[in-house]
Amino acid sequence: MHEHDHAHSAHAPVTDRDELTYYEKRVSAIQSLLIEKGLMTADEVRRAVEDMDSRTPALGAKVVARAWVDPAFKTRLLTDAKAAVAELGIDTGTLSTLVAIENTEKLHNVVVCTLCSCYPRPILGVPPDWYKSVNYRSRVVVDPRGVLQEFGLELEQDVEVRVYDSTADMRYLVIPARPAGTEGLSEEELARLVTRDSMIGVARARMPHQSAVPSPQSAV
Amino acid sequence: MSAKFKPGDSVRVRIGAPPGHFRTPTYIQGKTGSVVAVHGAFRNPESLAYGGDGLPKQFLYLIRFDQTQLWNQYTVSPQDTLCIDIYEHWLEPI
Amino acid sequence: MPRVHDRGGWSEAGPINQAEHDLSMWEKRTDALLVLLASPTKQVLRVDELRRAIESLAPDAYEKLSYYERWITAIEALLIEKGILTREEIDRKAREI
Repeated sequence: MHEHDHAHSAHAPVTDRDELTYYEKRVSAIQSLLIEKGLMTADEVRRAVEDMDSRTPALGAKVVARAWVDPAFKTRLLTDAKAAVAELGIDTGTLSTLVAIENTEKLHNVVVCTLCSCYPRPILGVPPDWYKSVNYRSRVVVDPRGVLQEFGLELEQDVEVRVYDSTADMRYLVIPARPAGTEGLSEEELARLVTRDSMIGVARARMPHQSAVPSPQSAV
Repeated sequence: MSAKFKPGDSVRVRIGAPPGHFRTPTYIQGKTGSVVAVHGAFRNPESLAYGGDGLPKQFLYLIRFDQTQLWNQYTVSPQDTLCIDIYEHWLEPI
Repeated sequence: MPRVHDRGGWSEAGPINQAEHDLSMWEKRTDALLVLLASPTKQVLRVDELRRAIESLAPDAYEKLSYYERWITAIEALLIEKGILTREEIDRKAREI
């Protein structure tokens, strides 16, 4: 690692609106040089950022809602998730393997990547900071019920809690259990009950009477 | 080339701390679990991480462990489990 | 003795900070850099190399740097390692910005 000498730490607030942090300058410099050397174009960078912005948990919610209303789709989803989500027009890009894991009355799944931050990004967008945090990565494998409690989720004692540690190419998407009292809802209304956190496994899907909490997870 | 293990087999995760990149967390090493699924053969990340081609491909398995087998302090819910993807060269038969 | 990135089961872990932040533009561009460099058409870097480079950070750097600070530090180190860029030209370009 090189030594670098810069005026302030990367975590210090930028006091002058025109002053870029060390890391902002570093990314700009590297990006400019790579473009100059013909390894990428500014257009490609712009499109990559746009693609990232277009990936939100709404994609995953659409998949879950379809699985809730269409048992044959759910079976296909549990067998080959990548092919099933492609039916809904969702392009999973360079994702190697997507695996859908279903929560039931007796089984609650929760996903982590203890070694880094592997996450089903084409379906859910970028992971929240807490998912990438060392404390989540440390604790959810050894004390999943304690972590779920911290997220406000209490489970029955007879439920099996199953943690998935994503250590290879498989990316895991939790299919939360369909809440009771949702029989009359349309697929679109059902999708609105499916939160990002329920597809990671630290929450259940919302009940119809619960108001949607405005949060970054639902923002595009 | 065929997979050494099949679903239902009991396997033990090897213990090791090779100097480079590897995807077998320390907490699972030395533990015994059962094969849930065979994912197929994949390029080896230990070589990909250094610009290698990752060949020969390694079979990758979904292994399930009882949490009570992984952690001394896991006493309350004996039915809880942990699943993890482990490469064949990190597994030995029981 | 697990290495600094090998985090499962560490007993000293504390409460999970659930605050979230929208990614800043430089963070998104860092992400885009990796996606492009690792894309099948370019294949300049592999995700496995990025992970390895992040894991090779000094433990205190790993703990202190934010997620995308680790990424850009690792991407820079890899581009230099592969002879695609030099530290001097990155430093020079950064001074111009």
